[in-house]
Amino acid sequence: MFPRPIQQSSTGVQWLYSIALPVALLLWLFPLLGVALTSLRPASDLAQGNYFGMPSGIAWENYIYIFTETPIGQYMVNSLWVTIPTVIGAVSLSLMTGFALAVYGFRANILVFFMFVAGNFVPFQILMVPVRDMTLQLGMYDTWYGLALFHIAFQTGFCTLFMRNFIKALPFELIEAARVEGVTEWRIFWYIVLPLMRPAIAALSVLVFTFIWNDFFWATVLTQGVDSQPITAGLSSLNGQWIAQWHLVSAGSILAALPPVAMFFLMQKHFIAGLTLGAVK
Amino acid sequence: MANATDTVAAAPMPRASGRWNQRKIAPWLFLAPGLFMFAVYVLWPIVQSISLSFYDWNGLYNRDGEFTGRFIGLQNYRELGSDPAFEISLWNNLKWLVLYMLALPIGLFLSIFLNQTVRGIRLYKSLFFFPFVISQVVVGLIFAWFYAPNFGLFYLLTEWITGDGTAILADPDLVTYGIIAAGLWPQIAYVMILYLTGLNNVAPDQIEAARLDGAKGWKMLWYVVLPQLRPATFIAVIVTVIGALRSFDLVSIMTSGGPFGSSRVLSFYMYEMALGEIGLRMGYGAAIAVVLFAIMMIFISGFIWKMWRDETQR
Repeated sequence: MFPRPIQQSSTGVQWLYSIALPVALLLWLFPLLGVALTSLRPASDLAQGNYFGMPSGIAWENYIYIFTETPIGQYMVNSLWVTIPTVIGAVSLSLMTGFALAVYGFRANILVFFMFVAGNFVPFQILMVPVRDMTLQLGMYDTWYGLALFHIAFQTGFCTLFMRNFIKALPFELIEAARVEGVTEWRIFWYIVLPLMRPAIAALSVLVFTFIWNDFFWATVLTQGVDSQPITAGLSSLNGQWIAQWHLVSAGSILAALPPVAMFFLMQKHFIAGLTLGAVK
Repeated sequence: MANATDTVAAAPMPRASGRWNQRKIAPWLFLAPGLFMFAVYVLWPIVQSISLSFYDWNGLYNRDGEFTGRFIGLQNYRELGSDPAFEISLWNNLKWLVLYMLALPIGLFLSIFLNQTVRGIRLYKSLFFFPFVISQVVVGLIFAWFYAPNFGLFYLLTEWITGDGTAILADPDLVTYGIIAAGLWPQIAYVMILYLTGLNNVAPDQIEAARLDGAKGWKMLWYVVLPQLRPATFIAVIVTVIGALRSFDLVSIMTSGGPFGSSRVLSFYMYEMALGEIGLRMGYGAAIAVVLFAIMMIFISGFIWKMWRDETQR
């Protein structure tokens, strides 16, 4: 069932395909579209039971309301405070660990590498109590850096796997040649390998940004107040206050989804290259 | 690269032995910061959680800052054996694992459907991938709206078909399936993108050859295409298993484990026990986490074993 290129089929089939595509997409994104429409529906429509009919108007005031009457703006800023340092931290650390594991053939190499990979798959719950306790002890509970430090450490596992495989695929002769010339190891890393890593850095940055922006579990475990809670946890607590006010819930959801979606569309190529790592030989 | 040549010229030639030493120490210097962070935040907490699971601890320290836990041996684990909530969670985790695997065939068919070169197909692929990019919190809220009693689309649909609406999130027998369906939405998108990348790399000459031999339809898929998609399938299975076992966000957002605890999964029950309103039973929570960890270890070892084989074959 490997499809022939549709251009080889009869015109009838081609027509069918060109209709099936948008229909399938519409069905696929139906829940999302519904929420997007609800976010612009006036509250009075919902009160009258007009959930899916023609809206009586476009209610931008739903968005204005959540920005002025709820701390959602603050939550989004908090998310950035956690996400951006994590991206920088995890990418920098894994550039070094990936380099070390890809270039040097020391004895513990494969062991260290597998440890990073395995740690990456561990269920969060086995880390929860000790990490929370440690963060409390260090006075970093309910701060952006307490959350970011954990994320940096955890994401380093996945990023190391990625960086190591990327550097392994570079031509090793480059490094050999530099060594023959007597270039120090640090300079090989800085001047030869690093400039070639740009695509990997871009791919990992968008991926880590999305993962961390969307993180909910650690946000609930390590933060609690308006001053430091990221948008995911914030949205969850707002949802508790807005019981069944779906126009507000919808507007909040759309806002929370926007940054990663924008990131994805801007950096699509890198995003997919990062996610599908290993899907082809 | 101009920089590189500059430094090559500027760097003095070190003596051979010095350079050899440098090459022995360098990897550890490069590893140090990352390894330190990983050890502190990932490796050591695993050890701590395992040891904590043999204690009874409410998460507090006494005035002198000493740990107040009490060693109780295997008692937490014995209690798990007779805890009905734990049993429900375990069963639900199993449901998640089995049903999440549906993401593989559905994702595969979606990718085959989209694997064409017509105008605008790139945009279509991106839009189909959309659900994976948004947060599970948002996915959970979207589906809660979709399932909402009285006006939710799903409710109306069931009302239209059977004459009686189903409020799936309020039904103890169906609630887990409702949440799993919500989780499948982004997971299918992820699997789809993995297979699309895989299909891009299927050798066209093999397809042609198989076609000349009369391979068609399911046979073509099973004997010619799927074997070439093996790496993609492998990654898809791994990420789907992890996704199924990490099902905390959706359960927490959509039902908080309810109604009557019927949609709990291990990851959520653990959180409830350790930090939730039920109480601060850190030791008991740790024991639940250890069980979850053990289940995950089965899959992690499989993954590592395969990587080990690939690495040593090279």
